[in-house]
Amino acid sequence: MALKIVKGSIDRMFDKNLQDLVRGIRNHKEDEAKYISTCIDEIKQELKQDNIAVKANAVCKLTYLQMLGYDVSWAAFNIVEVMSSSKFTYKRIGYLAASQCFHESTDVIMLTTNQIRKDLSSPNQYDTGVALTGLSCFVTPDLARDLANDIMTLMSHTKPYIRKKAVLIMYKVFLKYPESLRPAFPRLKEKLEDPDPGVQSAAVNVICELARRNPKNYLSLAPLFFKLMTSSTNNWVLIKIIKLFGALTPLEPRLGKKLIEPLTNLIHSTSAMSLLYECVNTVIAGQYCCSLGSVVLCVQKLRILIEDSDQNLKYLGLLAMSKILKTHPKSVQSHKDLILQCLDDKDESIRLRALDLLYGMVSKKNLMEIVKKLMLHVDKAEGTTYRDELLTKIIDICCQSNYQYITNFEWYISILVELTRLEGTRHGHLIASQMLDVAIRVKAIRVFAVAQMATLLDNAHLLTGNMQRNGICEVLYAAAWICGEFSEHLENPMQTLEAMLRPKVATLPGHIQAVYVQNAAKLFATVLKSQEGNTDGTAAQETSQLMIERLPLFVQSANLEVQERASCILQLVKYIQKLQQKDVEVAEEVSALFAGELNPVAPKAQKKVPVPEGLDLDAWINEPPSESESEDEQPKAIFTKEEHKHSRPRHTEVDEKELAKRREARKQEQANNPFYIKASPSSQKVYQESTGVEHIPVVQIDLSVPLKVPGLPMSDQYVKLEEERRQKQRVEKKKKEKKKRKEKHSGRGKKRDSGPESEEDITPAHMVDIVTEEMPENALPIHTPITVCDIQGNLQDGSQVVVSVIFENKCDGFLKSMEFNVLDSLNAKLQRPEGSGPHDGLTVPFQLPPGVSNEARFVFTVQSIVMPQKLKGTLTFIVKDSSTHEKLDFKLHFTCTSYLITTPCYSDAFAKLLESGDLKCSSVRLEGVSMPFHHLLARICFHHHFSVVERIDSCSSMYSRSIQGHHVCLLVKTTVSIDAKCDEPTLLGNVLDEIKQTFSQC
Amino acid sequence: MIKFVLMVNRQGQTRLSRYYQPVELSRRAALEADVVRCCLSRKKEQCSFVEYKDFRLVYRQYAALYIVVGVSDAENELSVYELVHNFVEVLDKYFSRVPRHQIMFNLDRVHVILDEMIQNGHVVETNRSRVLAPLTALDKMADG
Repeated sequence: MALKIVKGSIDRMFDKNLQDLVRGIRNHKEDEAKYISTCIDEIKQELKQDNIAVKANAVCKLTYLQMLGYDVSWAAFNIVEVMSSSKFTYKRIGYLAASQCFHESTDVIMLTTNQIRKDLSSPNQYDTGVALTGLSCFVTPDLARDLANDIMTLMSHTKPYIRKKAVLIMYKVFLKYPESLRPAFPRLKEKLEDPDPGVQSAAVNVICELARRNPKNYLSLAPLFFKLMTSSTNNWVLIKIIKLFGALTPLEPRLGKKLIEPLTNLIHSTSAMSLLYECVNTVIAGQYCCSLGSVVLCVQKLRILIEDSDQNLKYLGLLAMSKILKTHPKSVQSHKDLILQCLDDKDESIRLRALDLLYGMVSKKNLMEIVKKLMLHVDKAEGTTYRDELLTKIIDICCQSNYQYITNFEWYISILVELTRLEGTRHGHLIASQMLDVAIRVKAIRVFAVAQMATLLDNAHLLTGNMQRNGICEVLYAAAWICGEFSEHLENPMQTLEAMLRPKVATLPGHIQAVYVQNAAKLFATVLKSQEGNTDGTAAQETSQLMIERLPLFVQSANLEVQERASCILQLVKYIQKLQQKDVEVAEEVSALFAGELNPVAPKAQKKVPVPEGLDLDAWINEPPSESESEDEQPKAIFTKEEHKHSRPRHTEVDEKELAKRREARKQEQANNPFYIKASPSSQKVYQESTGVEHIPVVQIDLSVPLKVPGLPMSDQYVKLEEERRQKQRVEKKKKEKKKRKEKHSGRGKKRDSGPESEEDITPAHMVDIVTEEMPENALPIHTPITVCDIQGNLQDGSQVVVSVIFENKCDGFLKSMEFNVLDSLNAKLQRPEGSGPHDGLTVPFQLPPGVSNEARFVFTVQSIVMPQKLKGTLTFIVKDSSTHEKLDFKLHFTCTSYLITTPCYSDAFAKLLESGDLKCSSVRLEGVSMPFHHLLARICFHHHFSVVERIDSCSSMYSRSIQGHHVCLLVKTTVSIDAKCDEPTLLGNVLDEIKQTFSQC
Repeated sequence: MIKFVLMVNRQGQTRLSRYYQPVELSRRAALEADVVRCCLSRKKEQCSFVEYKDFRLVYRQYAALYIVVGVSDAENELSVYELVHNFVEVLDKYFSRVPRHQIMFNLDRVHVILDEMIQNGHVVETNRSRVLAPLTALDKMADG
C-alpha cells in the first residue's frame, strides 16, 4: 500500500502539470495542433490511472484546453470522478472543469445528483461553496427539481458565505424549475433583511432579475425596497434597487411621485458616478410622472458628465442625453454648444453619439448653423466610414419630416453640390435621390437647381474618379435628368448638350449613360425650339448634326438599355435632319415628345379618386379562370405596379347634374386640403396659412454673388442671407404690429414678444410640395418586387398558432431588411420578442436574392378560436442599392379549420363521445358534388384536418379536435350530407361553412 | 446581467473565459475572436464601452492584458467598469508575489477568485479579503 503511494507520487513527478502545458504550447507555436494532440493522448493515459491526484491534474489541463476551444466532452465521466474526490483540492478542480464543460445535454450530469447533495450538506463551508458555484453553471431542470429543497435549507445556513451563494443560485433554480418559486419566495423575502449585507445584496439581485421578467408580482415588495433604498449605503445594492424601481414604476405611477425625492437626493449627494448615472437614467425613463425640475437637474448633471475629461463618462452622458431628447427636446437644445463641441472629440464613438443627438436638436432656426458645422467636420474627417456617416447624417437632418426645417432650398441644393466633392463616398445614390426629390417637389428652386446641375455636368470629370457602384458618379444621374426634364430653365442649353455627349460619358456606368442619352434627347428638343425661333435654319441643322455624330458612340454600348435608347433616338434625329433639309419646322413636334409636366403623386392618390356610380369594381368582367391557372399567370411585380399606377376606374356615363355636383364637392375638398397642389403659384399662400404663419410675402433673394464658380457653389453665403432675410421679416413684422396696435386700441391687440425669434416666426423661403406625410415614391424609378405570402395555419398547444409564410422575391433586386408586421386584433396577436412594443415589426431572418424564396415562421396567440378572422399586415423591405423602404400589404386569413388538429380516435371512444350528450348537433348538405365517396372523404381529411374513425358502406364517421380541446364529430353520407356534432356550436357552424366552401369551389 | 468575462492578451489569445449564459463551444471561438478584434482595434483615447450586436462590451486594458466583459442592456456600464478594476486589484493582491504573466499558470486560482466575485452573472462579493478567504484556506490545505 505504502509502496503504491510512493510509486504514485513518483509518477506524478514526471507528469506535466498545467504550467508545463501552458509553457509547452507557448514553445510549440509552429506545430501547436500537433503538440496539443500529443498532450491529449497523455491526458487520456493519465485518466486511466487509479491515482486521483493524477486524474485531477489531467482534468485541470483539460479545462485549459477546453478554454482554447478543444472539445473535451469525452472526459465528462472523469470530471465527475474528480468532483467526487474527498479532498477539497481535487474536488475544486473537478467542479471547475464541470462548470466550464458541462451543459444541459451532458448526460453524466444525472450521475452527480447525490454527490452534489452530499457536498451541499458537507460540514466544510468551502465544499458547499464550491458545489453551489459549480451548480450555478450547469444546473439542469432535473437537478433543480431534486436539489431545490437542499438549497432552500442552505438559505438559512449559519454562515453568511453559504447563505449568500444559496440565495443567488436560487435564481437559476427558479428558471429551471419554476414550481420552486412559490415555496421559496417567503424565505427569499426574509433575506432582504438579512443582517449580512452580502446576503442582502444577493437577495436584491435575485428579486430584481425576477421582477424584470414579471414586474407586477413584485409590486407588494415596493415598501420594503423603499426602506432599503433610503437606508442602504452599498452602491451596488442601490443601483440594483433603483433598477428594480425603474421596472415597477410603469405599473404603479404613484411610485414615481414617491421616488422622485430620494432619487434627487441621491443625484445631489452621491459621489459614485455609476450610481448617479443610474439615478439619472431612472428619472429619465420615468419622467412622465415627474416634474420638469428634475429633468432640468438631470440635464445639468449630464452636462457635467459630458464635460468631464473621462471619455467613458462623456459617452454615457451623451447616451442618456439622447434619451431625454425624445421627451424633452427643449431642455436638451439649450446645450447645443456642448454637443457641437463633442463633434471635435478624438473618440469616434463619442462623435457618433453626438451626431445622433444633433438629429433631434435641429430647428428652423439652427439648421443652417448646425449643418455648416457638420460640413466643416466633413472636410476635416479622416477615414471614409466616419465621413460617410457624417454625410448621411447631414442629409438625414435636412430631409427629416419632409424638409420641415429647411427654410431655403437654394442653400440645401448648394450643400448637396458641396457634398459631391467628397472623395470615396459610397452615398452617391443618396445625394442623387435628394437632388431629384428637391428639384421635382420644390418648383421655385428649379431654375437654381438646373443651373447647379448644369455646372456639375460641365465638370463631370471631377466626379468620375470614383466609378464604383453607388459612388459619387451617381450624382450625374440626377444632374442629367434634372437638366433634361427642366431644360427650359437652362441658361445655355447648347453647352449642356455638348457636355452630355462628350466621349468620356461612355465610361460611366450603364444606367447613368441611359439617362444621359434620354435626356440629351429632351435637351435637343429644347435647343431646336430656341434655334428655330431665330429664323436661321443652319444652327438647328448643326445641332442635329452634332447629335448624329455623337450618338453612335452610345449605340455601340455594351449596355442594352443604352444601346436601345441611343439607336431609337439616333433614328429619330436622322429623320428630323431629313425634314430640316426640306425646311420643315419640326421643333414644335419634337418638343411635343417630351411635353407634359411631372407632378409628384402621393402613393395613395388613387384612393382619392371616387368610384363612379354604377361601377362595381368587385364584379367580374370575365369569369375568373380556374385556381391553378391564375397562380401561374400572376403578373410580375414590375408590371403590376405600373398597371396600378396607370389604371383608372373607367368612368361611366353620368348625367350633367351629377357631374356638376361632384365637381363642386371636389373643389370643396381641394380647398380644405392644404396638401393639394394647384397649378397656380397661389398654392403657396394656401400652404402658408396652413402652417399658421401670418401672411407675409416670401422675400425674393437677390443673389449679389454670382454662383457660377464652376462646381463650387458656396452654401455659407446662405447663412448670411438667411440672417438678413429674417432680419427683414422681423422688421416687417414689427411694422405690421405697430400698425395693428395703432388700429386697435392699445392693450387689446395680441401681445407678441418681438424680441427673441420663435420657431413659428421663420417663414420658409421655399415651400416643398407636400403630397402626404410620406415621401413620394416617384423620386427615383424603383423596381418594385413582389412577395407572395403562402400562409398555412400550423398548430401547437393551447392558444398558439404558427403561421409559415413563404417569401418569394420576384423582382430582380436583392431584398433586405424585411420586416413583417401585423396589426393585432383583440383576439389574435403576433408574438413579439420581449421588450418590443405592440406595433413593432418582426425582422425576417434572411435576405432574398432575386428569384429565391424562403420560409419564415411567426407565432400568433389566439384567444378565441370559434370564429375565423382576417388580420391585416404589412411587409416592409429595402431593395438593395436603394435607400427607400417599400411596403407590401397582405392579409392573413385564419380559418376555423386551421385551429383543428388531426387527432385519431377509436370507434368506442367516438361512440362514448356521441352518447355523452354534451355535443350540439348541426347538419349541412353539399350541393352539386359528384365525386367518388372516398375522394370526398380524403378531401375533408386533407383540407379540414379530420381523420376517419369508421366507414360503414354508405356513411363514414370522422373526428377532429381543436387546439383548445373542442371535439368535432362528423357523419358523412354518400348522399353528400353531413351530420355534425360539436361542443361549441359557433365553431361547428364555421367549420361546416368552410367545408361547404371547399366543395363549392370544385 | 453579465454574460461573459474574457481575459485576452494583445495578440488576441484568450487567457481566461467564463460564460454565464450557455454558448456552444463551437461558437465561442468565433465570438471571442470577434469581440477581441472589436476591442483591440480601439484607440486608447476611446471610451471603454462598445455596442456589440444585442449587448454591450465593457473593457479595460492593463498593460498587455485586456479584460472584456459582455453585459446585457440593463446593466450599469460604469459599475461593471469598476468591477473589472476591483477584480484586477484582487488579483494583484493575491498574486503580488508572482509576475503578472505567471497568472496564467495558476488559471484555476484566477477562476476561484472570479467565482467568488461573480456568480450567475451577478456580483456577489467585492470585499477583497472576503473574496480571498476561500483561496487562503485552500492554500493552507495544500501546504498542510
